[in-house]
Amino acid sequence: MGLSGRPLPAMLAAGAILLAAACVPGTDGSGAGAPGPGAGTGIPDPATAGRVTLTVWDQEIRGGQNDELEQLNREFHRKYPNVRVKRVARSFTDLKATLKLALSGAHPPDVVQANQGYPDMVAFVQAGLLAPLDTYAGIYEWNTRYPATLLNLNRVTADGRRFGTGRLYGISQTGEYLGLYYNKDVLAKAGLAPPRTWGDFTASLRRLKDRGELPVQFGNLDKYPAIHTFGVLQGRLGAARVRDAILGHGPGFDTAGTRTAAATLADWADRGYLPKGANGLGHEDAAKKFASGEGGYLLTGTWQLAQLKKAMGDRLGFMPPPPATAGADPVTTGGQGLAWSVTARSRHPEVAAAYLDFLTDRHAADVMTAHGVLPAVAGEAAASVPPDTVDGQMIAGWRRLSAADGLVPYLDYATPSFYDTLSESLQGVIAGRLSPDRFAAVLQKDYGAFIRKQRRSAPSAPAAPAATR
Amino acid sequence: MTRRRGHRTHPGRYRRRAPGEPRAVGYLYILPALALYTAFLLYPFGQSVWLSFLHWDGLTRATPAGLDNYRDLVTDPGLRASFGHALLLLVFYSALPVAIGLLLAAVLARTRVRGMAFFRTVLFLPQVLALIVVGVAWRSILAPDGLLNDTLRAVGLGSLARPWLGDYDWALPAVGLVGTWVGTGLCMVLFLAGVQRIPRELYEAARVDGAGPVREFRTVTLPGLRPQIAVALTLTIVAGLRNFDLIYITTAGGPGNATSVPAYEVYHRAFETNQVGSAAAIGVALTVVILTLTVAVSRLVEGRRP
Repeated sequence: MGLSGRPLPAMLAAGAILLAAACVPGTDGSGAGAPGPGAGTGIPDPATAGRVTLTVWDQEIRGGQNDELEQLNREFHRKYPNVRVKRVARSFTDLKATLKLALSGAHPPDVVQANQGYPDMVAFVQAGLLAPLDTYAGIYEWNTRYPATLLNLNRVTADGRRFGTGRLYGISQTGEYLGLYYNKDVLAKAGLAPPRTWGDFTASLRRLKDRGELPVQFGNLDKYPAIHTFGVLQGRLGAARVRDAILGHGPGFDTAGTRTAAATLADWADRGYLPKGANGLGHEDAAKKFASGEGGYLLTGTWQLAQLKKAMGDRLGFMPPPPATAGADPVTTGGQGLAWSVTARSRHPEVAAAYLDFLTDRHAADVMTAHGVLPAVAGEAAASVPPDTVDGQMIAGWRRLSAADGLVPYLDYATPSFYDTLSESLQGVIAGRLSPDRFAAVLQKDYGAFIRKQRRSAPSAPAAPAATR
Repeated sequence: MTRRRGHRTHPGRYRRRAPGEPRAVGYLYILPALALYTAFLLYPFGQSVWLSFLHWDGLTRATPAGLDNYRDLVTDPGLRASFGHALLLLVFYSALPVAIGLLLAAVLARTRVRGMAFFRTVLFLPQVLALIVVGVAWRSILAPDGLLNDTLRAVGLGSLARPWLGDYDWALPAVGLVGTWVGTGLCMVLFLAGVQRIPRELYEAARVDGAGPVREFRTVTLPGLRPQIAVALTLTIVAGLRNFDLIYITTAGGPGNATSVPAYEVYHRAFETNQVGSAAAIGVALTVVILTLTVAVSRLVEGRRP
């Protein structure tokens, strides 16, 4: 998440949104239940669509991702010369901030990358701004291309209230998960091998600290990195329960797992396993420090791999967080990149669907692999990546995680305000200002209020039936 | 002196002596500006007021909220805190720059400094920079291993070093100091210009009466700078309360919500958490606070002239 955004002064921004949205409060969202376009069963042929300009809004601006997408766009144009892809690329934060206005405006883009969860995708579906893609999923066999766990994250119920089930509103190109980056030199100097179990890992933290090394590099000024760290700690204490809570089932977040994970995080900060004053250090700065040799581990996502590899070369290693016992199934926070969705008012939904298919098929997967990007579903090229390289480690980890169903979705999907609540409270936990008990209570308050509201507004479809998985 | 006074009263008398002037034409002259102002300021503001009485996520149908959004301003501890932070920040954004600016102006008015234009430019520079740039620069200065902490350690004050922007107690003053840095140059340049307009004779008279520098400042400089002080206070207060960029770049309201301010909340709620009605209510309340403060300033400092 970059800070390249150039936000307008707030008053101006408030004015602009109000002006732009002048008559929208009357929109009743009746489009939410509209049937999907392209009800046919044959594969649509964009070559017969005439001259088409496909406007695409995405956030793939990092090195590898950008290159991969540029190449695929060029190839798509070569395949269908009558289709021009007009790409608008912004940072994640900028896209998130502008997409709502663009979608509800008079000329929405045809294809957009929408973030999963309540604040974005669910809200857009509720307002009838995205087109359901189930028909295309059948035609293009996305249903079999993707494991259900991943595809489900892009589903929203027909009433537009819950996600994780229901209609398909997008398809993701990349896979991503949180793992442990390690500096081979720093570990070796302390006489350590890459940890194989969680016990190894925690023991190595103590050892690194005793040797005067920083065990875990970490910067939380941007507020979100702690969500990732906490998510990994919590996920390994009961992945299924956390996943249920995020999708609106089960008891929620006031659990022993939440408290233990928060206590662990506070303990790490207390013992100096994390940098002193981590709340005042930016995430990118922390990553740079790690790359320059400060810190044994860095716990962050696969999207950072290309950048770190460039700086560290062979000194960099990567793995999913180690399991409790050697060789056991790994568990971590992760899932897939933002969903690529077709807007409800796109004038070329069939061309857009063909584009989505093109971006996610086997060939696209190989292009991604060539650019050091993790495809959601590995292509043939993945097999020829040497397993002892960091790219190979990343791909192998993804394969093990997918096979073991070991991915827990991002915690901030849980409620529209969960990102705020979590990130704010975790800064308190790290600073030692918020006890694990209080922390669990704060999360539960946010979560409980949202679930109650969901139930109230949809009495016919209870938001939290007993977990059925 | 007499000639000048005559000039000053003349136009006033002239205006009173011309009752038959077709006044409606006057509106025609300001019509273009008025139209723009209405389209881009008054109309959106009206919309904001209307939206502030609704619960609206920015996408689906809005529902009436009555006074809910305004009640939240008082009852929601987070929102209340953000207004508190903004008022505290005014000390840094407004009071300190004006005080420092006055001090600098007073000193510079008494002594001839070589290369004055250079110093004036340097001190004014922060005003010219985009606040985003200022924020990014200060974010690295205030980082745990940033320039400030390095300097503190170098001079043996290492115990004072801390992660300024990530410290619950120090984040707000740290952001405030950035505001002081930005505002001081503007105030100083305003006051220097003002000092030059104070007649030399007044200073000479004060000196003849045996006034020292302090007394001279109190009896001559300060009263003479009244209009400039009013302008400086108004500008810095408005800038301080509107302060969004610096918070967005440096802390995003953190740690926890220790540095959240209303202007940031407006953006945050409207664009990030789909609470447009609430954002509008905060915006309206902020407008009222700014208006009240600026009117109070012009009454207090400028005297009851308007």
